Amino acid sequence: MDTHDSSLAERKAGLAGMGDSRLRKEDARFIQGKGNYVDDIKMPGMVHMDIVRSPVAHARIKKIHKEAALKIPGVLAVLTADDLKPFKLHWMPTLAGDVAAVLADEKVHFQMQEVAVVIATDRYAAADGVEAVQVDYEELPVVIDPFDALKPNAPVLREDLAGKTSGAHGAREHHNHIFTWNAGDKEAADAAFAKAEIKVRENILYPRVHPCPLETCGCVASFDKIKGELTTYMTSQAPHVVRTVVSLLSGIAESKIRIVSPDIGGGFGNKVGVYPGYVCAIAASIVLGIPVKWVEDRIENISSTAFARDYHMDGELAATKDGKITGLRVNVVADHGAFDACADPTKYPAGMFHICSGSYDIPAAFCSVKGVYTNKAPGGVAYRCSFRVTEAVYIIERLVDILAQKLGMDKAEIRAKNFIKKEQFPYHSPFGFEYDSGDYHTALNKVMAAMDYKALRAEQAAKRADPNSPSLMGIGLVSFTEVVGAGPSKMCDILGVGMFDSCEIRIHPTGSAIARMGTITQGQGHQTTYAQIIATELGIPSEVIQVEEGDTSTAPYGLGTYGSRSTPVAGAAIALAARKIHAKAKKIAAHMLEVNEGDLDWEVDRFKVKGQDSKFKTMKDIAWQAYHQPPAGIEPGLEAVHYYDPPNFTYPFGIYMCVVDIDRGTGETKIRRFYALDDCGTRINPMIIEGQIHGGLTEGYAVAMGQQMPFDAQGNLLGNTLMDYFLPTAVETPHWETDHTVTPSPHHPIGAKGVAESPHVGSIPTFTSAVVDAFAHKGVTHFNMPHSSYRVWKELKKHGLAL
Amino acid sequence: MAKKLIHVTVNGQSHEVAVEPRLLLIHFLREQLNLTGAHIGCETSHCGACTVDLDGQSVKSCTHLAVQCDGSSITTVEGLAQNGVLHAVQEGFYQEHGLQCGFCTPGMLVRAQRLLQENPNPTEDEIRQGMSGNLCRCTGYQNIVKAVQYAAKKLSQAAAAAA
Repeated sequence: MDTHDSSLAERKAGLAGMGDSRLRKEDARFIQGKGNYVDDIKMPGMVHMDIVRSPVAHARIKKIHKEAALKIPGVLAVLTADDLKPFKLHWMPTLAGDVAAVLADEKVHFQMQEVAVVIATDRYAAADGVEAVQVDYEELPVVIDPFDALKPNAPVLREDLAGKTSGAHGAREHHNHIFTWNAGDKEAADAAFAKAEIKVRENILYPRVHPCPLETCGCVASFDKIKGELTTYMTSQAPHVVRTVVSLLSGIAESKIRIVSPDIGGGFGNKVGVYPGYVCAIAASIVLGIPVKWVEDRIENISSTAFARDYHMDGELAATKDGKITGLRVNVVADHGAFDACADPTKYPAGMFHICSGSYDIPAAFCSVKGVYTNKAPGGVAYRCSFRVTEAVYIIERLVDILAQKLGMDKAEIRAKNFIKKEQFPYHSPFGFEYDSGDYHTALNKVMAAMDYKALRAEQAAKRADPNSPSLMGIGLVSFTEVVGAGPSKMCDILGVGMFDSCEIRIHPTGSAIARMGTITQGQGHQTTYAQIIATELGIPSEVIQVEEGDTSTAPYGLGTYGSRSTPVAGAAIALAARKIHAKAKKIAAHMLEVNEGDLDWEVDRFKVKGQDSKFKTMKDIAWQAYHQPPAGIEPGLEAVHYYDPPNFTYPFGIYMCVVDIDRGTGETKIRRFYALDDCGTRINPMIIEGQIHGGLTEGYAVAMGQQMPFDAQGNLLGNTLMDYFLPTAVETPHWETDHTVTPSPHHPIGAKGVAESPHVGSIPTFTSAVVDAFAHKGVTHFNMPHSSYRVWKELKKHGLAL
Repeated sequence: MAKKLIHVTVNGQSHEVAVEPRLLLIHFLREQLNLTGAHIGCETSHCGACTVDLDGQSVKSCTHLAVQCDGSSITTVEGLAQNGVLHAVQEGFYQEHGLQCGFCTPGMLVRAQRLLQENPNPTEDEIRQGMSGNLCRCTGYQNIVKAVQYAAKKLSQAAAAAA
């Protein structure tokens, strides 16, 4: 390496740009207890709000007795739906085009529904007040099963919708029916099944689960009566959209509303929606003119804020005898709970479920999703995934496994046979998606080699031959394709606002910079990684680039962080804003060096005159010039804003393999190895990517092995504390092995695809694939999650395998 | 409700405060002393976000009453760094990417420093067992294990140098 090359490498390393495993900028405050989460915020004169919730799942409210509560020292007010009616705040619109009760209006529709709020001087007095509010209920028949809900004589759950024969997504066929949404070509799919040599079909339940971030939801709302301005600190993954919603609901101009998402203790989809607690705290602050804090507890979080999944899926594959898939049909009954509050782009009531043809070249496919009301909490968010992609990947991966078993084919072989080939990209799926790029065969081969798949199968065969083996061995394999980065605004909007995202970059006179974004980090490390993109694009060390998000008064409008959209959408906005600055900087450099722009080359952190290494201007020099003495005809300053509307989604993919050993005595499943190969396109910070993958795999492990929200026939949620709801500890959590390939997205400015959700989406079916595989020699093709020891032990008993 | 006077030492500073008998330690620390490092994640002592060190033991401050701590010495995450120098566990979590959203981190750090006093050279299994009272939703624990190993190494090197 000559001196120029070595100084070049040094300069490049000094930037800590893209590809660098830069340590996180956010950590300093978190490791010293100086994070600033919603519950850490105190304001002068602040009061506290707590919520009276329904103990029953379906009832008419006869009377609410406030008197005893109002006598408690410190209690300032008790508000019910009747108190919110004059402000028209007792109902609110949902993201899915339905309405949801803010406080129960004459009826409660699910256990733990918000019935009244108590405002008091401190949180203990507020809790005392909640205890003292008495509500008289007249109980009604409860509907928990979505199939029961659709029976002709089922109780009417939503009396407020009486006579409405159509909703936001078309015709309603029944009083508890919300929508039916179809995608693909039914005729073509039916024809493929009519002439299929082989067909498989399975009913698969993806149980109701909860994202359960460690920080619950909450806010501090502060309305200044003199200025007419509302400031609200809120646990929100989408503060700008919240500002728009609050403005529409309250009539306050958006310019007088400031929503701030401070540090957020994990979101995972749970903090996308607007919950009654936020609305009530805001309403109370507007009425009282003082700051009101509301922070829910864990039981409230699990019981009433957005759940995920609850898809009852009936899936079918048609294939030739030699294993080529010719058709796919999926019918889903989706339990949406009492109000349709799914967080999906407006036109897609089942999100991106139609990615369910997966990584395979399937010529004909059709899916249909029917949304149904039940007496459960509303929600249906993407728990660490892009809008229903987890459900889609689960159904196709299970069906491919089942087909392989029916044909007696190996699960790797059937996948390789049906994969979309590298040269087929951009690939048009039967559901209308245009997959941007992929190389599935290379990834599969890499994983098979790393795990020595052949040896594993040989070991498994030996174990199966030994009747005294204390354990069963299972091998799981999944090849997933996600669709993330929503999205092109011609297809995707939230409440009419296109799903673009934004970045504003300002270079200061002395060469440091600030970037403000429309997204909001909840642990993803945006303050670290976004700076790396700018560092590479503009040659400014990431160390001196500040990244700010979450304050609607300073950040440009953006749709927020969920559905792995930060890097695909906001990351692109950063690169393009930086390129605008780059273009202006080039003009200034040309002026400074007294050459034409065409005579300049960009090199790491500077423009230099072609062929003359000593004649150059660094971005730092240029920044000073831009403020000090810009060339004639060029306005001073060095900044840019970019709103990026993506031309397409991005399609990250991966191949996961898992080996499990199941104890035949206890049903306990031990994860012996889990190998995750992810391809998220261009990699910005490998350390952070690996951390995101570890986290997603662990959340996937939780879902597959233990999470569910069971209800009894009366609608009681049997398990709404961390005593019952499974969050794995360091002891159960497996050791993860990670790997990658890099297939950049051709349409993304830096080729990045998004990563944080892939491991959740991909790992869940991998665990099921492995656990079921342990039973495959007994002809078992599927059983539902979660694969808790007891449930697995029951399978062992059923097949005469228990010791 | 009649208040009771308690005397506690928190991060080396002594406090004499009148508290309601029902006041939880976590609320005392967060709301009366403004030490907001420890967090509330579950109120049932499962998640460990509220972990503090009470007279040499890790406790979940969400299920401890402030009045139970009369006469006690408490260390919170804010008391880990000394004279502006980070504690080895803080450095370890930073270097090994042992945190993401940061909500569980204060509890993790306080627990980790106590674990390393109980067992200065833990195996990976011992770390996983020793940290199992603290839940993390983001990291999958693998880097938390590495962070504790980093701190164990650093502390044992410092101890060897001092000997």
